[in-house]
Amino acid sequence: MTMEGKIQQISVFARNEPGRIKRITEVLSCEKINIRAITIASGDDYGVIKLLVSDPRRAYRVLKREGFSVALNKVIAVQMEDKPGGLYRLLEILAENGINVEDAYGFVIKSGETAVLVINVKDIEKGIKILSQQPVKLLVEKDLYEL
Amino acid sequence: MEEGKNSIEFIRREELEKIQVNRLKKTIERANNSPFYKNIFKKEGIHPEDIRCTDDIRKLPFTTREDLRENFPFGFIALPLNKIVRVHTSTGTTGKPKAIFFSKRDVDEAAGLIARCMRMTGAGPGDVFQNMMSYGLFTGGLVFHYGAEKAGVLVIPAGAGNTEKQIELMRDFKTTIVHITPSYALYLADILEEKGIDPEEELNLRIVYLGAEPYSQKTREKIEKIYGVNAFNCYGLSEMNGPGVGFECPLKDGLHIWEDNFILEVVDPLTGEPLPDGKEGELVLTTINREAMPIIRYRTGDITFIYPQVCGCGRTHRKISPIKGRTDDMFIIKGVNVFPSEVERVLMDTPEVARNYQIVIERERSLDIMRIRVEIKKRFFDGSLEHLKELQEKIKSKVKSELMVTPRVELLEPGTLPRTTGKSKRVIDKRRL
Repeated sequence: MTMEGKIQQISVFARNEPGRIKRITEVLSCEKINIRAITIASGDDYGVIKLLVSDPRRAYRVLKREGFSVALNKVIAVQMEDKPGGLYRLLEILAENGINVEDAYGFVIKSGETAVLVINVKDIEKGIKILSQQPVKLLVEKDLYEL
Repeated sequence: MEEGKNSIEFIRREELEKIQVNRLKKTIERANNSPFYKNIFKKEGIHPEDIRCTDDIRKLPFTTREDLRENFPFGFIALPLNKIVRVHTSTGTTGKPKAIFFSKRDVDEAAGLIARCMRMTGAGPGDVFQNMMSYGLFTGGLVFHYGAEKAGVLVIPAGAGNTEKQIELMRDFKTTIVHITPSYALYLADILEEKGIDPEEELNLRIVYLGAEPYSQKTREKIEKIYGVNAFNCYGLSEMNGPGVGFECPLKDGLHIWEDNFILEVVDPLTGEPLPDGKEGELVLTTINREAMPIIRYRTGDITFIYPQVCGCGRTHRKISPIKGRTDDMFIIKGVNVFPSEVERVLMDTPEVARNYQIVIERERSLDIMRIRVEIKKRFFDGSLEHLKELQEKIKSKVKSELMVTPRVELLEPGTLPRTTGKSKRVIDKRRL
């Protein structure tokens, strides 16, 4: 199995306050790094901000340089049709194969046509193996530039 | 026991000082049986005959909190273990607490002092006394309990917390006196109000003993008004038996220290030089009526002054002012003494967090909350919120088990807290006393 299906996700640990998220986007904007998706998981006083960006390695470096606590994680990104039941079928397949989704979020690229689901599973290789047998497209990093 | 004007409370100063000298000599003899003092007395050549007047106590060395800790558990006991009937340990320490031992006679004498305090405030047979202090290792529960029985009141050993039950007990048994922390008294008042119970009309309270936490005159007045009671300030520390070391008389202006049981001094916290009455400094206490564990010139860390004038009530035992603060950065939360160094020790044992931390103490609905704000190490962050939450829980339960206070833990990005040169301000107390 190649790198196919695995993309890098940026996670940033930050205080739960508006200025921090603004600062993150500011840093990336200065570096001409495009944000494809952003999601915030919140503890009480802090949050973990997850980002899919056009150039994750560079984003990681610049955020680190700016003093942020950053991590790079591999996630699976699946492109699918934007229609009812699409997500359900996908999750059903994962469940049948005993793969627990630790974290997931999605975004729509073109309404009614294409959506992307980002999922984080423990055993990423197994996840990819199962999903690659399904009629869905697993995205690679290059695809993120072209979205 | 003699009561009224002929009692020990009104004894002439000269007589009182004679008792002090005799008991101090005896204390040195007893202390010489403990490994800790034996060693010190030998090194410094101290003998009971060195004591001719109470001021001679200045020839003796101080005892500190660290001494008690380093000699935990048995280094201070001056009696064979088979003569010891009880041990209390102090709250708020990591690994090594302070252990305080009582012989049968010590238990009885400590109870006698509490009974004396209670009688002084007008309590006695016919009163129903509900002790809302925690029972167990904390002295505020058991030591006060024994004293209350000795004073002849009906005792309800309610213990701390469980507000519903407290209210039920107060109503069922027509409680007239409670022993309570000031913060809990205010919290309880809130709950009573929520339930539509008017404490002044529907409860039978007439006396409240407020202890285990420092508080202001305003807080006292508030509590007196809400409950329609007389509230008395009581001061104590487990090293000196626990509660009842200092207690207010009906004039409620300063706390009498029973000088037939303790020798009191106020010293300059930096130099250790004794200060004259009226001057503010660190309270130093010596037990002179305890056999299992005499403690000599104990540096309490509490800031106060001794009233220079004789009390209008006629009692000859001198008074101290309510505690003004601490010589160290200790704070008291829910009646538990907390030293920031102990919080620090827990944090430093946690590899995921960095060195910078802050303790914020707040009051929510009259209850004290300790918030620990700590920066995580950059390399700990792996992108997982779950791991952060686990870390939060880990710190919380560690602090709880070692300090007996449940904190709120706030994780911060590295670099959030201000870096200061020298001694940084670790504790921010937002409570308004």
